[in-house]
Amino acid sequence: MKWSNIKYLVFRRFVQISFLFLYAMGNYYGWKLLQGDLSSSILFGKIPLSDPLATLQILSTGALVGANVLVGAMIISLFYGIIGGRAFCSWVCPVNMVTDLAAWLRRKLLIDKIERKIWISRNIRYYMLVLALIVSAISGMAAFEVISPITILNRGVVFGFGMGGGLLIAIFLFDLFVVKNGWCGHICPLGGMHSLIGKYSIIRVSHNSDNCTLCMKCKDVCPEVEVLGMIGKRSEFVSRKECTNCGRCVDVCDDDALNFHLRKFLEK
Amino acid sequence: MAKKGKKVEITSRRRFFTDIAYSAGLATMGGLLWAGYTQKAKSSPLTLRPPAALEEKDFLKLCIKCGLCAEACHNRPSNIDRDTGKPKKSTLKMAKAEDNVTIGTPFFTPRDVPCYMCDDIPCVTVCPSEALDITKVTNKKTGELDFKMMDMGLAVVDSNSCIAFWGIQCDACYRACPLMDKAIKLEYDRNERTGKHAFLKPVVSMYDCTGCGMCENACVTEKAAIFVLPREIALGRPGDHYVKGWDKKDQQRVANRVDKDITTHDKRSAKKPEDYLNRELEY
Repeated sequence: MKWSNIKYLVFRRFVQISFLFLYAMGNYYGWKLLQGDLSSSILFGKIPLSDPLATLQILSTGALVGANVLVGAMIISLFYGIIGGRAFCSWVCPVNMVTDLAAWLRRKLLIDKIERKIWISRNIRYYMLVLALIVSAISGMAAFEVISPITILNRGVVFGFGMGGGLLIAIFLFDLFVVKNGWCGHICPLGGMHSLIGKYSIIRVSHNSDNCTLCMKCKDVCPEVEVLGMIGKRSEFVSRKECTNCGRCVDVCDDDALNFHLRKFLEK
Repeated sequence: MAKKGKKVEITSRRRFFTDIAYSAGLATMGGLLWAGYTQKAKSSPLTLRPPAALEEKDFLKLCIKCGLCAEACHNRPSNIDRDTGKPKKSTLKMAKAEDNVTIGTPFFTPRDVPCYMCDDIPCVTVCPSEALDITKVTNKKTGELDFKMMDMGLAVVDSNSCIAFWGIQCDACYRACPLMDKAIKLEYDRNERTGKHAFLKPVVSMYDCTGCGMCENACVTEKAAIFVLPREIALGRPGDHYVKGWDKKDQQRVANRVDKDITTHDKRSAKKPEDYLNRELEY
């Protein structure tokens, strides 16, 4: 295996595990680098960071949330909105490791080739997003935060797992046996939120169809395969908002046809 | 209507309306399940929250489940074990799915670890969402934090299982109380059974008790005979019908009552009591 074929994968795992590690150290040993969890945290003991979706849900219950949470959600939205795109999903979210493992096993066990195809819409996440806000308003409690496997896994590492850990196994099995990339690519409303936030971000994968040999390795590994519609046809940026900037396609491409670039808005 | 044997044509208009019905139906189904589960996932009313927590309803709206309060509680200097130099098990825990408390929200169980009522109240000062409201523990005159203003719950004594009420000498809760002689007082009573001993009965003052649970933690009986309950559970409410006529403050409490709120109007009250005697009306 060449380094250039796993570069971004290794970077991503390093970043994901670092986040969990720093959160855990923040709790167990009081490190001031990163405290709290992905719902809301304090960076370097000063800068507030908050999950924009959790914040929206709290606001939709009709409660006026503290200024630190609002500022934190703003900072996160600006960062991903301008720079990162949907990078939260592939570079930070710990559930990505669970669902990536399921997707990898699917390829190794050739499950895609033998299973009965179950089709569900990739737009479910946006319905879930709206539903999360409506249900929060009705029930007076941030609705997705009660069932979110993201925070369950995150808190599991930082504060100890409970029975909620079973939900992660369920999602793993769902992704493995029911729908390919089922959770992250179809259902998760936080993924929907980050898709919307990161729609116009400047860091994007760009495709050079002159170099492309149509090997389709990129489409094999892409968790949001619709975003690669231009492969072998047009040289352009992967501009659909669902792209998680995971860089897996850049990794597997042996022909230098896919790379990260800063999006140029003016040329179009 | 399509006739038998004729293929039904799916026009774009038909597709449009069917799609809308399909999406709306699925969303309603999911929403109902989800809303039902969310209601079910609310905490048991016996949950004890961190100091300065808002009323449970508002607390659940605001808490973002970040765990900063639990971390502050775990890493406060006073939680370091002097022997090992490591933090001990801390008061505040983050609820897991099996705790019967809304998942990811902070709570504590005094019988395991009580709240030590820190002067600097680190759990409250760190809360980013203001679900723990610092104004509830800030003295309005001095502007300083005052741990005596905490109200996590109220200690309740089960006089049947409290051995001090039996006449056996025990003042564990009284000694453990951080507000000794205020929140827990000892009431002296003559022990008629022996004729020469005294009862030293612990009595909790609802005005001073913060619900920290030091007493519950210290209680020597197998299952604590003094325990903390949320105030909503532990206290009754006399309503506006009853007033302490000798107490100015209590009169202010019911100052705004209106006649219709304190006069009973039901099927029974429509009849006059005399009629029961004079006309033998059944109630």
